[in-house]
Amino acid sequence: MEQIPILKIGDCLLVSIQVDMHDRLAMALQDDLTSKIVATHARGVMIDISALEIVDSFIGRMLNNIAAMSRILDAVTVVVGMQPAVAITLVELGLALTGVKTALNVDKGLELIRRVIDDEEGQVDRREE
Amino acid sequence: MKASTTIPQLIDKNQKQLLVDWLDHQAAGSAGGGEEQRGLSQRFIAALKDGLQSGQFTEIGTEAWASTRAILEEVSQEGALRGDTPTQIATFVLSLKLPLFNLLRRDLGKDADKLADEIWNATLILDKLGLYTTEFFQKSREQVILRQQQEMLELSTPVVKLWEGILALPLIGTLDSARTQVVMENLLQEIMTTGADIAIIDITGVPTVDTLVAQHLLKTISAARLMGADCIISGIRPQIAQTMVHLGVELDVVSKATMADAFALALRRLGQSVASPARAGGKPA
Repeated sequence: MEQIPILKIGDCLLVSIQVDMHDRLAMALQDDLTSKIVATHARGVMIDISALEIVDSFIGRMLNNIAAMSRILDAVTVVVGMQPAVAITLVELGLALTGVKTALNVDKGLELIRRVIDDEEGQVDRREE
Repeated sequence: MKASTTIPQLIDKNQKQLLVDWLDHQAAGSAGGGEEQRGLSQRFIAALKDGLQSGQFTEIGTEAWASTRAILEEVSQEGALRGDTPTQIATFVLSLKLPLFNLLRRDLGKDADKLADEIWNATLILDKLGLYTTEFFQKSREQVILRQQQEMLELSTPVVKLWEGILALPLIGTLDSARTQVVMENLLQEIMTTGADIAIIDITGVPTVDTLVAQHLLKTISAARLMGADCIISGIRPQIAQTMVHLGVELDVVSKATMADAFALALRRLGQSVASPARAGGKPA
């Protein structure tokens, strides 16, 4: 069975979805990703969907779920590279993915994760002082 | 209906006289005239004669009337572009009645039955042609309106690049579903190509903001956010702010009163600033 690769960059995980997502693949990705976050102590997860042309409500919810799961495991999720047509479809479906952070490309996504992590650490530091 | 008539022969014989009479009438009815009108009238009379020779008075959609129709379409289209009223345009055909009736009366003066028949024939066909003119006129007007609507749709949704990473979307006119779609597609495409982080949606030109317009705005903002760009709304006029609150419309986004404020905020978010040369230490040129 095909599998979506999860790459580790520093303390971030990069998931690049290059194939059409079907429901079983999406469920497998959730499993893999959560185990990987725990195994690598990742602080950020970046999901690149720039190659994804079709997104249905199930995949939309999966993105939301992954973000929620990662948050529980103390990792920020950023969805990057969404196509305009996909964005319009999701909005029309009523899925604004309010719990998910977004960025235009991988570069800006990494920057965003870095900023969020720094912010959180800054808060912890201040509280300890 | 096929009917025998002497009108074609009559027109053929008195073509010159008929044209002169008709042009006099047209000149009396409207300011139009000149060489162009003369040529047009002459061609129309010739085409009318050809059409009448076919003997079909009720069906002007047939091949025999094709040239007549073509001339009327030309008249309507020109009139529509000039901004003439339907009355003025239909008068072109209807003003032919009196000269034609006069001609008939002179020719058939004594034969009352025959005269009545021929006048009825002439009325039938001229009325039909007049109505056709009006119909076509309306159609060409509708085409003009349709084209203008499309042009407005394309023109009214420009996406402007204000700065590296900052786009502006000045909205003008009411936002309906069709326009929202165009606006959204344009904006998202532009975000994609320029890689902008912030989009300023300026609604100074939107006359009213009701719940529907607000929903359309929110959709656009959500879609932009999904692409990874933040939106700032600007240009909310005082009256509109009041109406929105009274209606209970909530826009859950950063909004600024003017585009300038929004631009300043956008620059600050990108960690950039604009300073006058004097304050920066240098002397203004």
